[in-house]
Amino acid sequence: MKPASIVALVSGALFAAGLTLSGMTRPEKVLGFLSVTGRWDPSLALVMGGAIAVMAPFVYWTRRRARPLFAATLHEPSATSVDGRLLFGSALFGVGWGLVGYCPGPALSALVTGSIPALAFVAAMLAGLWLVDRLAPATA
Amino acid sequence: MSIDLASFTPVRSLAGGLLIGLASAVLYAGAGRIAGISGIAAGLLPRSPSDERAWRALFTVGLLATSALIAGFAPSMFSSPTASLATVVLGGLLVGVGTRLANGCTSGHGVCGLSRRSPRSLASVLTFMFCAGVTVLLTAPHGAAR
Repeated sequence: MKPASIVALVSGALFAAGLTLSGMTRPEKVLGFLSVTGRWDPSLALVMGGAIAVMAPFVYWTRRRARPLFAATLHEPSATSVDGRLLFGSALFGVGWGLVGYCPGPALSALVTGSIPALAFVAAMLAGLWLVDRLAPATA
Repeated sequence: MSIDLASFTPVRSLAGGLLIGLASAVLYAGAGRIAGISGIAAGLLPRSPSDERAWRALFTVGLLATSALIAGFAPSMFSSPTASLATVVLGGLLVGVGTRLANGCTSGHGVCGLSRRSPRSLASVLTFMFCAGVTVLLTAPHGAAR
């Protein structure tokens, strides 16, 4: 197996460990964080804060190196402008996240429990992802 | 507003966040890729316009296998949504369409994008956090009535 392939596998494994340990795979905990005006559980601010604290120095280091360790190119998103598509999409995502308490990572992770809501959520989410690529693909 | 101290899990949530950051760092510094779950999932679907399925498939295998292991040893780390099945399906559809239009979710825009100091990601995070908060507020008992 190529080093870059092992990296992808290990990254996925670490990601799942982080999601479950942090509480992201418990929708009621996520909704407790989003419920800023009610009884607020600040835990998930530490999830994002902790993740960025680790990731940001690696971004700096990798960019200075100009290429990743085990691949030829650093694939960064090319779009730079804040446009209606970005804001509208983010708004729809926020409503869906707030309705259920799943964002894409925890929902995928929860598939392994075989829970019907997790299966239904992921099936609908994949349909949504697929529909946009079919009907309104990004032009960039 | 009051802080729900009984539910607050600072140590576990911070440790989990550090692990998610490490996962994103390994993929970025090692393979030059953004660990964005919505993009990874979309790139695996049939007739996806994206190239390079292999790393996405391996990432997903790592994520699912580890999740299965954890669910086996510590099932309490997972719980089911309390929303009705119809709401769950609507939510899933909104999350899929929304993250594809926005080209990212909590991981791609939140963790990776903010770490990359991307203005697009900052705009996305502020928008989805605000809309998620308002949605929770309007769908009591999770919101105002809690």
